[in-house]
Amino acid sequence: MRAFLSLLNGPQTFGSSRGFWATAIAVFLVALLFPLVGDGYTVGNLAYFGVWVFMALGLSLIWGYGGMLSFGQTAFFGLAGYSYGVIAINLGANYGYPVLALFCALVIAAVLALVLGYFMIYGRITGVFVGIVTLSVTLTFATFLNQTAGPEWRIGRARLNGYNGMTRIPSLSIPWFDGDKITFRGPALYYLVLVLLVLCYLGLRIMVNSRFGNVLVAIRENPERAELLGYDIRRYQLVAFVVGSTLAGLSGVLYTAWGQFIVPAAMALPAAAMPIIWVAVGGRKDLTATLIGTLFVLWLFQTLIVISQQYALIVIGALLLVTILVMPGGYIVWVVENRDAIFNWRRHRAERLAESRAVASDGASE
Amino acid sequence: MQPTEIVAFVYQISDVFAFLVLAAAGLAIIFGMMGIINMAHGEFIAMGGYVTTYSYHAGAPLALAMLIGAVACGLFGVFLERTIVRRFYHRPIDSLVATWGISLIMTQGALLLLGSGAPGVGTPFGSVSFGGASFSVYRLVLVVVAVAVLVGLYLLFMKTRFGRHARATMQNAAMARALGVPVNKIYSITFGLGAALAGLAGGLYAPTMTLSPMMGTSFVIEAFVTVVAGGADILIGTPPAAVALAIIKATATAFYGQVYGVMSLLVAVCLVVRLMPDGFTGWLIRRRS
Repeated sequence: MRAFLSLLNGPQTFGSSRGFWATAIAVFLVALLFPLVGDGYTVGNLAYFGVWVFMALGLSLIWGYGGMLSFGQTAFFGLAGYSYGVIAINLGANYGYPVLALFCALVIAAVLALVLGYFMIYGRITGVFVGIVTLSVTLTFATFLNQTAGPEWRIGRARLNGYNGMTRIPSLSIPWFDGDKITFRGPALYYLVLVLLVLCYLGLRIMVNSRFGNVLVAIRENPERAELLGYDIRRYQLVAFVVGSTLAGLSGVLYTAWGQFIVPAAMALPAAAMPIIWVAVGGRKDLTATLIGTLFVLWLFQTLIVISQQYALIVIGALLLVTILVMPGGYIVWVVENRDAIFNWRRHRAERLAESRAVASDGASE
Repeated sequence: MQPTEIVAFVYQISDVFAFLVLAAAGLAIIFGMMGIINMAHGEFIAMGGYVTTYSYHAGAPLALAMLIGAVACGLFGVFLERTIVRRFYHRPIDSLVATWGISLIMTQGALLLLGSGAPGVGTPFGSVSFGGASFSVYRLVLVVVAVAVLVGLYLLFMKTRFGRHARATMQNAAMARALGVPVNKIYSITFGLGAALAGLAGGLYAPTMTLSPMMGTSFVIEAFVTVVAGGADILIGTPPAAVALAIIKATATAFYGQVYGVMSLLVAVCLVVRLMPDGFTGWLIRRRS
């Protein structure tokens, strides 16, 4: 247990104290018991929020820890969503085939990430170019899917359906005893998302606090120095890019299985802007801050969209702009990094006052 | 191939070339000077299209309307540079995020204020036929304008006082500042010029497409890949990149259709960056030295 905890804690993540983990376990227990008391709508909505968090955590790894700003998260989201849809429709919902479809979709997303990442990272594109190449890929992919409305665009029994998107996709399900099966909808999906979230969060914490994570952060801070120390920086960046993009793929599969449909708009603008905002607001350089920030922005957006979608997007865009102007590292990260100054400001002020009094009385006594 | 087919193919290539140059010029200038990418580029294009269209319907002749569109975008660009963009020159990746926030606000604000449709402008000049095939005269005019923009930028950067200051700033901003070049002003003007060129592109293409706040999206992929393939220098990088990409895209479009044309651009740009990391600019400079 102690050895496991020491893997989770390290220099690259906040929250290594006893209090943090006690709170984390308490939150997990509350989340675990919530469906027993919460109403169906809230449970479903929380599952829906959770679906997006994988994509945000992946971007935190790529952008926050790896220093590569990728606008391609929704491309992998969409690719995996469509792949899941095509495979699940063709294989049907029985015998646990949707789970097979999930894994195939993740592999497809990972392979595309590997190819794109290879060309970008081994082509030594850095900085702003990573952003515009990934965004170009995302937009092209959405444009391509938008024009697949015709009946000739079908893969087996699955019609891509262009702008309107692919519909009637089976939910995730696993076979159960007596020829029965468990379909992941409602509370079952909620638990699935919750368990996957905990696994991904802990897994990523182990990853970024390992030797790999330390090297990745070193590359972010100073690529030349990391390279001169003998690390093949491209390999580390490529691994981060593939893992982060595959997590976006996981979000895509879960989203598709949750709503049983996927549309090209899920990856085009403005959807492609969302992961950047989720991650930037909380603080991209920490997984916990990303997690909390993502849930907050999702909640804010859902609250605002009741008024109008354009209005909500303007507020969210302004939030992004203000964040990057005044607190580029994100609010939660800022609070944690300055917690001493913020939470002990009374004591600090008292100390400063005492000091200045002491100086004043020194002056008076001379 | 028949002569007519050759002419048609050259026409296609020139058409794509003009589109790539006009779509990318504003982005390339800003990137070349300040090293940042303006993610609101597409929104500036849409803004140019709107201002042009509204000016035209208010009674201005089309050419003047386009000029008004470009100038309006340029002024708005200077305003944004002064208020927001200039804070990001020392952190280029954050500039991407900030300008994306601006782009989101501009698109959604336009949707809120103007709705999703707008009255169009008819394509002027009609068409000319050659050997049984007909070609839009306006498209040919656009090719001329694209070349004129490149020539104009060459003259601006090589023959004027501003150009000399701008090139000095590009090479070494700190040294230029020490020698008395008003670097901040150069940056403002460059950003404004980039925005104005984006607005001009929007105005020029407004008569050929449906106006909507999202119309910039159909320019940005082409603009991005041209800038990536061209590299930092608009004068020596962008024209060869636009020619190469135009040939690739026109060929792919002719054989497989519009969407594959765009996808071929992406594949081409992936290969370009793998083979020549700083685009045509880096490649040409290395060859010369």
